[in-house]
Amino acid sequence: MDLLAIIRIAMRALARNKMRSSLTMLGIIIGVGAVIAMVSVGQGAQQQAQQQIAAMGSNLLFVGAGTVTRGGMRMGWGATKTLIYDDMSAILRECPAVQAAAPGSQTAAQVVFGNDNWATQLNGTEPQYFDIRSWPLAEGSSFTQDDVSMAANVAVIGETVRKNLFGATDPIGQTIRINNLPFRVVGVLTAKGTSAAMGNDQDDTIVVPITTLQKKITGQDWLRWIMVSAISRQASYTAQQQITALLRDRHRIRSGSDDDFMVRNLADMADLADQQAQLFTVLLASIASISLIVGGIGIMNIMLVSVTERTREIGIRMAIGATEGDVQQQFLVEAIVLSLAGGAVGIMVGTGASYLITQTLGWPVLVSPTAIVAAVIFSMAVGIFFGFYPARKAARLDPIEALRYE
Amino acid sequence: MEDVHKYYELGETRVHALRGVSVSIERGEFVAIMGASGSGKSTFMNIMGCLDKASGGRYLLEGIEVSQLSKKELAAIRNRKIGFVFQGFNLLSRTTAQENVELPTLYAQISKEEGQKRALHALELVGLGDRMLHFPSQLSGGQQQRVAIARALVNRPSILLADEPTGNLDSRTSVEIMEVFQKLNDGGLTVVLVTHEPDVSQFAKRSIQFRDGKIKRDEPIVNRPRAAEVLKNLPTLED
Repeated sequence: MDLLAIIRIAMRALARNKMRSSLTMLGIIIGVGAVIAMVSVGQGAQQQAQQQIAAMGSNLLFVGAGTVTRGGMRMGWGATKTLIYDDMSAILRECPAVQAAAPGSQTAAQVVFGNDNWATQLNGTEPQYFDIRSWPLAEGSSFTQDDVSMAANVAVIGETVRKNLFGATDPIGQTIRINNLPFRVVGVLTAKGTSAAMGNDQDDTIVVPITTLQKKITGQDWLRWIMVSAISRQASYTAQQQITALLRDRHRIRSGSDDDFMVRNLADMADLADQQAQLFTVLLASIASISLIVGGIGIMNIMLVSVTERTREIGIRMAIGATEGDVQQQFLVEAIVLSLAGGAVGIMVGTGASYLITQTLGWPVLVSPTAIVAAVIFSMAVGIFFGFYPARKAARLDPIEALRYE
Repeated sequence: MEDVHKYYELGETRVHALRGVSVSIERGEFVAIMGASGSGKSTFMNIMGCLDKASGGRYLLEGIEVSQLSKKELAAIRNRKIGFVFQGFNLLSRTTAQENVELPTLYAQISKEEGQKRALHALELVGLGDRMLHFPSQLSGGQQQRVAIARALVNRPSILLADEPTGNLDSRTSVEIMEVFQKLNDGGLTVVLVTHEPDVSQFAKRSIQFRDGKIKRDEPIVNRPRAAEVLKNLPTLED
């Protein structure tokens, strides 16, 4: 019997019990739909993380002050005082793979404007910081190198700070008080959103000249971090090695001892974010797969009922010359048609659900062709796997017994 | 059809359903198998129809040793060489007469067009050419049985096996069905009929009586009536 005829027979058998067939399919529809929607959400998250990291500047390196152990207690990063401004100058001078660098220090600060106040992170750096992080200003302008040399009281504020302190008021030229010191707002940064790598709100920040921060607020002369850009993305690994070697030398760290600083490459962060997003996708997909398996069990259940119900038909078919293989094929194809049809509807439901998630929750969703192909293959596999036992049972019937069955 | 001889054991208790049956049915015969229930006639039919295998002895069908064949080969023989007609008609419901008749051709690697042609021809042969697209539920018992006969004929078998074909039919329709069998037998088809009604068996050419798994009597039927003539003398029951 040719496959087309078998499929036609299977379709007709399924059409005979429309309600039952569609309810059975529902299990697969939900399963496939859930897998596609979940994988789409996961891949959307992954893509967003990638885009955010790319937006941070693909050749970015982050040099942070390291951790120290003092009296058996390990301090967090930034606890060492060994990273200094001269280190940055040396990096610029001696590492050929480095294009630009900005020094930085930070502290928590309470900001006041009028009746509003806000707790945020205060960063001190130099103007090239905005270029290195490819972070343009939405309004106003950056502070200048002159502001840095004069330790001027000027500030560039992040979007979150602007929203909380100023609301509808134009912040440019206004004076805010940071830890009771007056600062003139010169610029507002564009919104960057939540950092994919760190998970914090990058817009909740105020940037001031580093000299102002060190001399007037913290009173420290060491750096918390240096932001470095390599000459190209490929060069960022070379730059990482050059900086590590240079700083170990400058800090007189003997071989075998740990670094008192850390160098993070954005490519590493991208990998990390990727891994996390992948884990997320796998987790969601495996939960969704369970419903697919439940759907498959539903198919097996109904096929078993169908085999019992149609015992007589099986007997007739065998008496007029159907082989065991023919009968098995017939029921197997029925199960596969059921699961594939369910899979097809499931793809539509899953894709629809993905768009719905984008629309209502605003999550980025990426419906990948891979997920769709995988869903089709998987639902067919479910049909074969769960259809096999009932089909085998049908094929093993004794034609004489089957014909006598009432 | 050559020589038939077989023993048969049934179930865990080793029932001897057939205790050594030897019989030979030639091409073109019309045999009625008679016997009370439990006499072994159904078992005999099942083995003859290749639905079951003999547990001992030999069964040669057109020179083929059937007891040596695999299940798959048995299915092929059922498909090509044997046509079944059952008491309960055994048509697939919600499938038209034509499709029911076509069914065996699907398992015989016959092209769709050829299968349809043969189905139409077989239906015309049993006088139902105009009921092709009716569903079994729309047909009378006699018509359903004719569809079943057409289905049995569609692959041009060597033997037509009928198991109590008139058991569910009234006497007039029974004679009508027997008329069809006689006509087919006249055309050269071997017909083997299982029945316990002497009225029905008289239309055959030869009668074999079973009792306790053995053949009790095997004799030709003399004064065989023609079903067509009997029919003329029967009072018309329906309209």
